[in-house]
Formats: sequence, C-alpha cells, structure tokens
Amino acid sequence: MLLTRLARRPFFWIIALTIALFAIAPAIGWDVDMRETLVLDALYIILASNLNIMLGYTGYINFGSIVFFGLGGYICLWLVSAFSLPLVVSLLGAGVGVSLLALIFGLGILRLRGHFFALSTIGIIEGTQAFVQNFNPWGGSAGFYLDTGVFKPLGGPAQALWIIYFMMIAVMGLSLYLSYAIKNSKFGLGLLAIGQNEDAAAILGVPTPLYKALAYCTSAFLPAIAGGLFFFKSAYVEPASAFDLTLSTEVIVVTMLGGQGTVTGVVLGAYLYAELRSYLLTTATFSNFQLVISGALLLLIVLFFPGGLMGWIYSRFPQTKKVLE
Amino acid sequence: MRKIYLLAAAAALLAAPAFATDNTITIGFTDSQTGKLNVDSQGQSRGYDFWRDEVNAKGGIDVGGKKYKIQFVNYDDQSVGGRVQQLYTRLINHDKAQFLFGPYSSGMTAPATVVTEEYKKIMLDSGGAEEKPFQQGNKYLYMVITSAGHYLSGAVDALKAKDPHAKVAIVYSDDPFSKAVATAAIPQAKAAGLDVVMEASYAPSTTDFGPIVNKIISSGADAFLGGGHYADGATLARQLHEQKARMKFMAILVAPSDNKFAELGEGALGVTFPSQWEPQVSYKPDFGPSSAEFVKAFEAKYHQVPDYHAASGYADGLILQHAIEQAKSLDTDKVAAALNATDATIFFGHIKFAVDAGNHGLQAAHSMVLGQWQKENGKLVKQVVWPEAAASAKMLYPIPATMN
Amino acid sequence: MLGFLASVIDGVLVGFVYGLAAMGLTLIWGVMDVVNLTHGVMIVCGMFALYALINTLGIPPYVALLPVLVGGFIVGAGLYWLAIHRVVGRPALMSLLSTFSVNLVLVGLGTAVLGTGLFNVDVSIPGFSLGRYTFPGAHIVAAIMAALIAYALYLFLGHTKIGKAVRAVANNREAAELVGVPTTRVLAFTVGTGVAIAAVAGMLIATLFPFTVLSGDDYTLKSFVVTVLGGFGNPLGALFAGVALGVLEGAITPFVPVSWTLVIEFALFVVVLIAFPGGLFAPRRGAL
Repeated sequence: MLLTRLARRPFFWIIALTIALFAIAPAIGWDVDMRETLVLDALYIILASNLNIMLGYTGYINFGSIVFFGLGGYICLWLVSAFSLPLVVSLLGAGVGVSLLALIFGLGILRLRGHFFALSTIGIIEGTQAFVQNFNPWGGSAGFYLDTGVFKPLGGPAQALWIIYFMMIAVMGLSLYLSYAIKNSKFGLGLLAIGQNEDAAAILGVPTPLYKALAYCTSAFLPAIAGGLFFFKSAYVEPASAFDLTLSTEVIVVTMLGGQGTVTGVVLGAYLYAELRSYLLTTATFSNFQLVISGALLLLIVLFFPGGLMGWIYSRFPQTKKVLE
Repeated sequence: MRKIYLLAAAAALLAAPAFATDNTITIGFTDSQTGKLNVDSQGQSRGYDFWRDEVNAKGGIDVGGKKYKIQFVNYDDQSVGGRVQQLYTRLINHDKAQFLFGPYSSGMTAPATVVTEEYKKIMLDSGGAEEKPFQQGNKYLYMVITSAGHYLSGAVDALKAKDPHAKVAIVYSDDPFSKAVATAAIPQAKAAGLDVVMEASYAPSTTDFGPIVNKIISSGADAFLGGGHYADGATLARQLHEQKARMKFMAILVAPSDNKFAELGEGALGVTFPSQWEPQVSYKPDFGPSSAEFVKAFEAKYHQVPDYHAASGYADGLILQHAIEQAKSLDTDKVAAALNATDATIFFGHIKFAVDAGNHGLQAAHSMVLGQWQKENGKLVKQVVWPEAAASAKMLYPIPATMN
Repeated sequence: MLGFLASVIDGVLVGFVYGLAAMGLTLIWGVMDVVNLTHGVMIVCGMFALYALINTLGIPPYVALLPVLVGGFIVGAGLYWLAIHRVVGRPALMSLLSTFSVNLVLVGLGTAVLGTGLFNVDVSIPGFSLGRYTFPGAHIVAAIMAALIAYALYLFLGHTKIGKAVRAVANNREAAELVGVPTTRVLAFTVGTGVAIAAVAGMLIATLFPFTVLSGDDYTLKSFVVTVLGGFGNPLGALFAGVALGVLEGAITPFVPVSWTLVIEFALFVVVLIAFPGGLFAPRRGAL
C-alpha cells in the first residue's frame, strides 16, 4: 500500500518529526504566546500545502484558494450555531460541503488555462464574498458571532483554544502527508505530467479533466476544515476576514518562497514567511514598512531565485533531492 | 556568621527588583497603522498618547497613595482581524499588559475579546461601535462611545423637528458598522413619523454612485441618511450635489468628520454628520479638562485640532484613570467594579456603563452630537447643531437650493 | 422610465472611463502575455499626480494630461526594466508575482507616507439636465477624453512604424527579432504606454470621484472584468467592454437592490470567461 511504501522513506519520518515539534514545543509550560504564533504558522502551512496540489503539481494558479478557507469557516460555524452540532461533526461537514462546491466550480472553470484560469479564480472569490455579504441567514456583511457557551463542551475557552491548536496541527500533518502521498502516487504522476505539458499528457492517456477536478476538490477539503477551526477559535466570522484576497496572495508567495512542487519547501516557506511577518509587525521601526519589505523580498525571489528556497538548496546540496521532497 | 549576612543581602537583592520596577502600569493595544482603517485608528492612538503624556507629566496615576506611570505597548493589526488574537495574547502574556484598549473596529474587537475575557483583563472599546460583542456574556469589556444603534438617532430627531413629513432616503454601505447604524435608524425614522421612501445598501467597493443618486431622485426623497466610510461618503455627497438631487437635509456617516471633506467645496455645505464629539461641544466636566481646555492643549502639542477619534482615545484613558483612582487598586475586579459604578460627565459627554448581564459594558449615557458644515466668512467650517443644548450654531435647513 | 434612461446614460459616460482604465492592462497583456498587477497603483499615481499638480502649480485640471502621460510613460519603462524584463517568456506565475511584489512595495510606501485618508479634486463644469436628472459636465468631458485617447491609441497601433513593431512583437516575438525589430525596446515601450494610459485614466477618475491611496483595488478588478470581456490586446474592445460594464451597472441599479450588483458582475465575468475564453470582442490573440 502506498503509505507502507512511503513509511520506509526517511522523509515520511521527517514530516512526523515536524508535527511532533509543533505539538510539543508550546506544550512545554503551556506557552500561550508561542502557541498563538505557531497556530498562524500552521495555518499558512496548511493553506500552502494544499495550494501546492494545484499550483505546484499541475501548474494551475489558484488566486482564490482562500475561498475554501472562508466557506469552511462559515459552514462550520453555521452548523455549530444553527444546529448545535458538535465541533468535529461540523468540521467534517464543512470539509465535505466545500469539496462538493469546489467540484461544481471546478467543472466550470477547469477547462480554462493559464492567466484565464487564474482570473476566473479571482472571479470566484470576489463573487462568493459579494454573495455572502448579501446572504442574510449567514449574517450578511456583519457576519455572525458564536456564543461563548460553545467553548463549554471543550472545557471552557482556555482549554478549548489548546484543543483547537492540536486539531490544527493534526490537519497540518494530514496536509503534509496528503501532498507527499499524492506526489508519489500514480495520480500525482498524472498531475505532474499535466503541469509539464497538458496536451501531451492527454494524448498519452492521462484523464486530464478528471484529474484536474480531483486535484481541485482535494485541495479544498483540508483548508475548509482549517477555516472552521480558525473561525471557531475567534468565535466570529465575517466576509472581510473570511475572504481576504491578501491572505490568498500571501499563500502563493509562501509557496513560491519555499519552492513550488516541493513538500519541504512549502513548510519552510510558510514558517519563514509567517515568522517574518510576525517579527515585522511587532517591531516598532518596521511595522510601517512591512508591506514594503515583504514586497521587496518577493521581488528578489522571483527575479533571482525562481526555484524558491528548495531550488537553491537542491542546487547547492544535490544529495538532499533524494531525501527532502 | 558573615555567610548569613551575605545570603540575606543576596536574597534582598533578588527580591528588590520585584519592587523597583513596580511603579508602572502597562496598557496594551493594537492599532491599524496600515490598511484601510489607518486614518481613524491613528487619530485614536494620538488621543491615547496625549493622555499618557499628560498623566506622566503629573507624576502618574494615583493608586491608593502611590503614583504609577503609564507605559504603552502596541502593535499594528493591519486593519484585519486575522492576527488580533495572536497580538492580544502576546500583549497579555509577553508584555504583561494589565489593561487593554480595543482595536479600531468591531470586526477586530470580537476575536480580541475572546482572549481578554479568557485572561480576565479589562478592555476599553472606543473603536468598535457595534452592540453584538456586549451581548455575548462578557464581563470585562467596556465601551465609552455611543453604540452603532444610536448613531443616527440625533439626525432623525433633528430632521423631525424641522420637517415632520420629510421623505427620507436611507442608503448605506454594506459593511458591519454602517449596516448596524442603518438597520437601527430605519425603524427610528419610521417611528418618528418620517416617510422612508427608499432603503438600499451598496457594496463598499462601489466607485460610481451616479445610478444610486438617480434612484434617490426618482424616489422623490428630500432628505438623505446614510453613507459608510470616507471615500463612499464623500463621493455620495459630491454626486448628490453635482446631479442636483436637491436634498434639504443630509446626514452622512464618518466622511464629513474629516477636515478634508471641505475639499468638496459647495458639495460639503449643509452636510450634517453624527459625531461622538466635536471641539465646540460644551459639557461641564465632573473631572478632567473641558472641551476647550482639551482642544487648546492638544493643539499646542500636535499643531492640529483634535477630531473625535483623538477625543475618544483620550476619554478612554481618562475613564480608566478615574476608575483606577476610585478603586485605589490595580486589581481587575476592583477596577471593574469602579467602572460599573461610574456615572459622571467628562468633556466627552455623560459616561455610564450598562451593568445588566445582557448588555454588560455597553455605553448607556453618552449620545451623539450632530455636526454640520457651514460657511463662516467664506470658509467652510464645522459647527455643532444638535442637540440644541450643546450647539455652537443654528442648523442650516434647508440646504440652499442654489448650492445644491 | 426617465430615471432608468438617466442611469444608463450615466453608465455609458463612466463606462468610457472604465474602458480607458483597462486599456493599459489589456495592451501589456496582449503584447507580452504579462498581467500587470501594479495596474491599480498606477491608476492611483495618476490620481495623486493630478492632485499634486493642481495644488502646487495651480494649473487647470485637463492641462495635466500631458505631464501625467509623460510621467506615466517614464515610470512604466522603469517598471519594465525593474520587474518585467527578466520574467518575460517565463511561466505566467513569475510575472504575476513580480508585478504583485512591486504593487506591495508601492502601496506600502503610499500608505506610510500619505495615510489612507481622503483626497478630492474639485472639478465643476456645467453639464446638462434631463428632467430631474443631471449629467455633470466633468463626466461628459472625461468620457470624451477617454474615447479620444482610445482612438488615438488605435490609430497609433495601426498606422505608425512603432505601432507596427508592437503588433509584430505581439504576434511572434522571435520572428520580429529575426526581421530586425528591437524587441526588448518595443516591450519596454509597450509597458511605458500601458502605464501612461493607466495614469491618465487615474487622472480622469480623479476629476470625477474622491479617492484614497487604496482606491486602485476597485479599478483593478473592474479592469480585469473589462479586459476579459473586451479581448486581450484589443484597445477598442476594452473601450466597448468598459461601456458595456458601465451600462450594466447603470441598468441594474434601478431594479435590483444595489448590493447585488457586484455579485452579478462577477458571475458574468466567470461565465464569459468560460463561454468566450478570448473575450466578447476578441480577435485571435496577438492580432491587435
């Protein structure tokens, strides 16, 4: 089976180690401050890893990947508040619901290529945001709040935030294993072929429309759950934070920074970028210019290091290619 | 024997620092140094700074006989809610903030409150005017400003006094704040006997209001209530003027309070706006400076007249200071009790907090004034026109048709 | 009924300006397959250029056209050498990201220096009225100027030597290089022109509406919609599509709760992209 085959590779255990680090580090002394920083890092890693399935493997640029995150948040919170469903059930419901929606959107837009596909994804996120802003059962543009009582089944707010953190780490782990497993499967091979030359792949027998649709749906599932967790933690969701186009583009930046198409790259890129942002935001001198610095950094990478961090590492240390994927 | 003295001395030295750095109070907050809310938030932060500097110049806040200086720690929340929880957690745990000021908008206050309530820290909200956060069972969140639901009550009353049968168009931006204001104003207008001939919301990113203005003209309205934030409010005012909509009364949210609104020239004349405070307001304070004194001192330091954002920031500080002084302690529950008991008038207005569980912390006494742009010696200036007790000039009604 | 007609006319007038605003984007895209994500901030630069010129030099608004055009061209050429030169021909993502990063830098600087407050240029020109409905003169002038500039660009591309070179490069860069066209300079010229037009559009918009440092975003999205509808690299197509968009906005408003306008715009955008991948008025790509 695929997993048992992968378990014999060192990278499998490297991922496991990373997950363990994320779980254990803040748990020592229950360091809330570190937890809050790491949960944002984990979020970037989840979003970027799943984006990688489309962007890194098939080369299709999804500018609006955040729409999965936002809709996941809305559906989860709606299930919790309107139907009083337990958190785990609501999260799964959100994941499944958003994947189905992704399938429907995908059927429409996946026949487009290149810039056109990228633009249509912007259309989808802006259209979804505009729709949700008008949709009163979900609070329209004001969003809706969760009663603080929702934290009771989890043992009160303080403990609930820890439980949510560990769940987020679990989702992060799943995202990493998912993108790793896909990369080494027949499905993944087909995706990479599509990324190289879609027409040739089709001629050679790769079922391109099916694979693209599957990739698009798969890349929606875990971000939706992450969205549910994130907004549950805030006890509040509104269209502006759920469909933040800036966050969507940041996720692309992270994927490029780390090296598209690589699993490690995404982790490194997400972690480094999130840390950089946190640092810039909390140091007085820089916070005014943090957008400027992020932009300048990105420009440098795109112009001079298009393979991202991993591209550079692979070229300097070719042996790592076999171990770090 | 000597060794014991040495040990005792060492112990005393180790214990000493705990006392030496103990006479500061740390207040934490996030503000929007970048992003959409940058202008308003900066105004508010300046109010905070001004209060802090003034208090520290006098030696600090008196807590039961001992003076404590104030120290701020603040971070940029970039005008979006995504990082707010991380930042407030950091303020409380890492920077050891004992009291907090809220972020600039309601959308950001809600997630921050989850954190501050968890750690039982008092947070003063002077940026987010929505009422929802106060209905979630929070105990340590307090709002000094008038809530969104009452923003346009003064405008409705003023209009009713001038023309009880006015035909009103209520057009507002589809964002949480403006929507909360408008959805409260619509029933208030109807209850006052006004004829609401049009109710509509627009996407906040709307750039051209031409078709909307035409719709307003078609509805036969002669009074306008609404708007949202800066660009849209200003564009609405400008286009209502350019397209000769002939409004006799206009109350627009937020945009006209900016001094740069005067750049609209004739289009600004007669436009009223609800305001938490204007420099001409003349309440007699029970403690703290009067409006005139506040304006004079602020202008001397910053070379500009304070707007209501700065005033609300300063008011936050003043109220917190008063509560700490009354409580004679820095303990959260004691200060919260003092806040609950606050019932006083300051330069900003009458301040009293709701203490029932359903609305705990909501502002119960402060009310909006209505400002209006009028011409004085050929220049456009802001005057306070409502309520008449706090007014600095008579309301201009109807807005002159030749100008409109 | 009259109200409806008035809104449609208003939509047409504003639509010309939307069309002009998109023209720079579509030109650059059509010629070198690069999506210029600094487009919005360049429009904003045009807005602020007008504000600065009027308030410091006191010149009448429309006279600023020439300095804005020239200034925009220089900035655009600079943009090409800084961010685009190295990524032309590489996968689409690269140019998207390089221009996006420049956008981040410029918006960041703008916010830090100017804040996000309001700016307004007061331009009042008598217009004409239709019953209770008025069409401000500034809107009419802006529409006429937008149409003239679009036509000028069309003539330029079709009938001058440089225009021919631009079309050649758009069609097939290698072939153009082979016959002696200095393609790199043509590309720089194209970006210069695209940005210049965006800046001029910004200038015209500033005569109509108040603006802030962040106003660019709204126009970027509209420009994308217009570009897709009008066909890539097709300036006149962009103009017509802009008018179509303006008419759509004007026509929907009287009937639909205004807040649904955006949803309809984007739904339309996605539908057109799927059904007419080359745009509604599209010639084949590269044939300007």
